[in-house]
Amino acid sequence: MSSRLDGELLEVSMGPQHPSTHGVFRMNVALEGEIVRKLKPVFGYLHRNHEQIGEHTSYLGSMPYTDRLDYFCSMTNNWAYALSVEKLAGIEVPERAEYLRVILAELTRLQNHASLLGFLLSDMGAWGTPLMYAFREREKILDLFESLSGSRMMCDYMRFGGCRVDVDEAWLGRAKEIVDRFPKFLDEFEELILQNEIVIARTQHVGKLSPELAITAGITGPMLRASGVNYDIRKVDGYGIYPRFKFRVPLGDHGDTYDRLMMRALEMRESIEILKQALPQIPAGPIVNPKVKLRAFRPPIGEAYGRIEAPKGELGFYLISDGGPNPYRYRVRPPSFINLTVLEDMCLGHVVADVMVILGSIDIVMGEVDR
Amino acid sequence: MIGMGILKGMAVTLRNFAGSYFEKDRLITVQYPEERSPLPENYRNFPFLIFDGNDPQAGLRCVACQICEKECPPQCIYITKSKDKKPDYIGKPQFYPAIFDIDISVCMSCQICVEVCPFEAIKMDKDFELSKRERFDNLLFRKEQLSKSNDYYHKIHPVEAAAVDKNLADAAAVAEAKKKAAAEAAAKAAAAKAAAAAAPTPVASPESTSS
Repeated sequence: MSSRLDGELLEVSMGPQHPSTHGVFRMNVALEGEIVRKLKPVFGYLHRNHEQIGEHTSYLGSMPYTDRLDYFCSMTNNWAYALSVEKLAGIEVPERAEYLRVILAELTRLQNHASLLGFLLSDMGAWGTPLMYAFREREKILDLFESLSGSRMMCDYMRFGGCRVDVDEAWLGRAKEIVDRFPKFLDEFEELILQNEIVIARTQHVGKLSPELAITAGITGPMLRASGVNYDIRKVDGYGIYPRFKFRVPLGDHGDTYDRLMMRALEMRESIEILKQALPQIPAGPIVNPKVKLRAFRPPIGEAYGRIEAPKGELGFYLISDGGPNPYRYRVRPPSFINLTVLEDMCLGHVVADVMVILGSIDIVMGEVDR
Repeated sequence: MIGMGILKGMAVTLRNFAGSYFEKDRLITVQYPEERSPLPENYRNFPFLIFDGNDPQAGLRCVACQICEKECPPQCIYITKSKDKKPDYIGKPQFYPAIFDIDISVCMSCQICVEVCPFEAIKMDKDFELSKRERFDNLLFRKEQLSKSNDYYHKIHPVEAAAVDKNLADAAAVAEAKKKAAAEAAAKAAAAKAAAAAAPTPVASPESTSS
């Protein structure tokens, strides 16, 4: 406490342009020496009026906008939105489309978690190398997405009652090959980081999140499970055809940054398990429900909330329909925004360099936080 | 022992460094302007209009129905319908777009215009090297810039284009068959009428009453 400025706190504005703040995110940090005493997140720099736009475009027209929420995982965003509209209008989805959705969602989870590990290490100062290894693997999955949907990140792939394009055997073969090779990358990546003394020193006992606080604050996803709470919407809701697959839900003990890091590595292994079951099982058949009209789609009056386990947590879309061509109310429940609310609680008492690591371990994408 | 983890990590880095010279799996970059990886069949970038035949304006498949304009989520399409009509691929007189603009600085490549088009007139292009010196007028594509031939479409999306051509040919054949059937029916009716008129006695035969 020798560096105290006459007992006053030093206020530092971190961001919104700092390269490791994961986008345009600003934190007003009050420091006592190096120790964080107060932290106030400031967001809204990437606000694009997503919900208002959703209330003014047709139901179909909102689908490409959902890609831009969490631009790392457009497939799961599409799925969550399609799921809530399907609940609203009571649409059945063909078997093959359900399998495709599971396959694409798990591939999305793989690439999201892989790049998150890379970013997290890059936040700790391992510039470049781990991030590039992660991006190399991610690129292979993005190539799959591109050859299927036409775009690497803005896939716009799901439609109400199914999917847009069918896959062929060659695509499934490529997917199988990538899934088979992915554990090799995971082994190598774990060897690279998990025993690294610097990583351990920077992450263990840093940014602890107690399970009580995590539940009260509405935290979901890998962050909640790292605190030891067994809550995975794939198991709890069993949406889509997830109950058919056997997979485990990894849980953490301490809720610190190391647990959150490990959680991603373990979840990738479980995703591979799901993919290994889903890829050979995929049945033939139509990929879209022929009863659903593409144009002039008007669901009946009512409301629906569809939620899925996105790679970052619970992603939900709440829709109220007044019978018109566009929703009366369109609301997104973004996982990274709600997970960000406990940032101050996790950072208090840590040095300012740990703030970056803790922020990195939350796994935020500003496109989703600000909407 | 402290430091072993770091050394192990360094070994991984070394393996990757050396491996990047031998294993294709570890070196996936291409030297872009010189080398190009082929674009997948489904790749999409910005929409364009298809014309049949040789004249880009006369052969446009677009009939200015303005469905894409209405469905476009960011509202980047602007269409004005023509006053007169011209025959389309099955010879039916149709309107054509007097103005058809797409602001590709607004377009978000969602492909919804392609999906809703009932005439197979608008498709996604694969041209991605579109940097321009000026960002307003140069990125507003006019009808003349957007019109591209069916051969070009076949070149960029071979599988899809073949399916589209088949659909259109089927539709044209159905229309042709309908026309023929209608003409035949008309001829038959006329012949029956003539036969009925030529018959000397008005004794009603079942055929002539029915016709």
